[in-house]
Amino acid sequence: MKTAPYLLSLPALLLFAAVVIVPLGMTVALSFHDWGQYKGIVPVFILKNWREVFSDSYYGEMFWRTFRIALLVTLLSAVFGAPEAYILNRMRSPWRGLFLLVILGPLLISVVARTLGWALLFGGKSGLINAVLLSLGLISAPLPFMFTETGIVVALTHVLMPYMVLAVWAALQRLDPQVENAAITLGAGPFTVLRRIVLPQAMPGILSGAVIVFALAASAFATPAIIGGRRLKVASTLAYDEFLNTLNWPLGAAVAVLLLVALVLIVFGANRWVERRYAQVFG
Amino acid sequence: MRRNGPLALCYHALFVAFTLAPIIVVCWVAFTPEGYLSFPTTHWSLRWFHAIARYPEFISAFWRSIGLGALSSIIAVAISVPAALAIARYRFAGREAFTALFMSPLMIPNVVLGIAFLRFFTEVGLGGTFTGLVLAHIVIIFPFALRLTLASAVGLDRALEHAALSLGASEWTVMKRIILPLVLPGLVSGWALAFINSFDEVTMTVFVAAPGTETLPVRMFLYIQDNIDPLVTSVSACVIVVTVAALVALDRAYGLERLLVGRGGNDGR
Repeated sequence: MKTAPYLLSLPALLLFAAVVIVPLGMTVALSFHDWGQYKGIVPVFILKNWREVFSDSYYGEMFWRTFRIALLVTLLSAVFGAPEAYILNRMRSPWRGLFLLVILGPLLISVVARTLGWALLFGGKSGLINAVLLSLGLISAPLPFMFTETGIVVALTHVLMPYMVLAVWAALQRLDPQVENAAITLGAGPFTVLRRIVLPQAMPGILSGAVIVFALAASAFATPAIIGGRRLKVASTLAYDEFLNTLNWPLGAAVAVLLLVALVLIVFGANRWVERRYAQVFG
Repeated sequence: MRRNGPLALCYHALFVAFTLAPIIVVCWVAFTPEGYLSFPTTHWSLRWFHAIARYPEFISAFWRSIGLGALSSIIAVAISVPAALAIARYRFAGREAFTALFMSPLMIPNVVLGIAFLRFFTEVGLGGTFTGLVLAHIVIIFPFALRLTLASAVGLDRALEHAALSLGASEWTVMKRIILPLVLPGLVSGWALAFINSFDEVTMTVFVAAPGTETLPVRMFLYIQDNIDPLVTSVSACVIVVTVAALVALDRAYGLERLLVGRGGNDGR
């Protein structure tokens, strides 16, 4: 009887041990190996790659850009996504179900197709928005979008926004509408209700959504690769280049491991902070 | 509950426009009759949809994606069922650690997993093979499969099993006639969610796939990296139509909200 749960989880455990734990361990080991243009990967233990990542300002700048983009995307998603979740929550069926599908559905549509849409909207002179603004005479030159940080931030916000709406929506589901009604009966204005009743209860959802969006934005690949191109690199596109173009796998592994460690620290730290904060309120 | 005011509805309209704009634009450009990227207004044409047929690598990548998604989702669901039963029904040492491990592909960036898989598969001789792709996809879609199988395993009423057993049914009959029909909707939705996630995955797969084993999103991504022309918009339009059809079907069958939030839709309202 006591062995039953272990036997039942055995297939999944074996799979994860072989295809997750071992490869991750190998990647960490890889980041300590040596590499040369002609000698390839040399399995020795050296700190060369780590020294390079930490001392070369190129990598510092690139990581700073990665996290700056992720932070902006998180802020934008929270500021625009949370109100939308609240509006959705106040809708009646069938509109609610319909718009929930419209807003959450894109989550499952190919990231490549969605990013392509942004490239078509803003890319160069032929981009739809630039063409309209140019023909109206509102701008004299096309707005820069491709190969800019703004472009990456806008497209990534679009890609990751549904996660924020989803998280806030889930938090609002627990909200008792009678509390809002009680506040109104007691003479609170709509703004006071929002600030004193709705926002505090939506906050755990906003914070957990923020953690998800931040983690996904900092490690996003397809969107920064398509919008940022070769010129504007973030951690994931840099690792990709090291692996598939330069073929300096040990250096790419160091970048990837650093990204993983930084993200795990940030996500765990944020989660603990959120839990402590709300343990005081709800505990 | 109060209704949304006009201001809120305006905001909502803008938000929906923002959400849909890039998707609509892709489908719109796909109908251009021109040889370059343009927004058709008076003349529409299917030439770029016909053009897909001349690019066999897109067709073969599409079927590979379908096969890969179907196969890896079936295996992921099959492995997740016993694990879900263990987690739902037993209290054992390591239960939390197991759950965290099985959910970890959601936490580990896909780019890191891609790199780890690339290194591992190259070392064990699976580099660029379809087997490698299947293994990698099973891992990354496993959390989605597990979440839904776990939800149905938790929802199982054990009294039903005890009743069947006490009425003389064998363990196997209980499994076949009681448990399986009860968890089947959860399994099918878990499979569907896993399939969609596998079908759309690009970040991890771009590391693992080789020229002979590219999936459709990888093929599209590599194509866009070189140049953006109407062909890739018509391919994207097809992908969008397939995904939306699957989404609507899934929403009707199971409820998108339940699928994504992980619990009953309008309970308590």
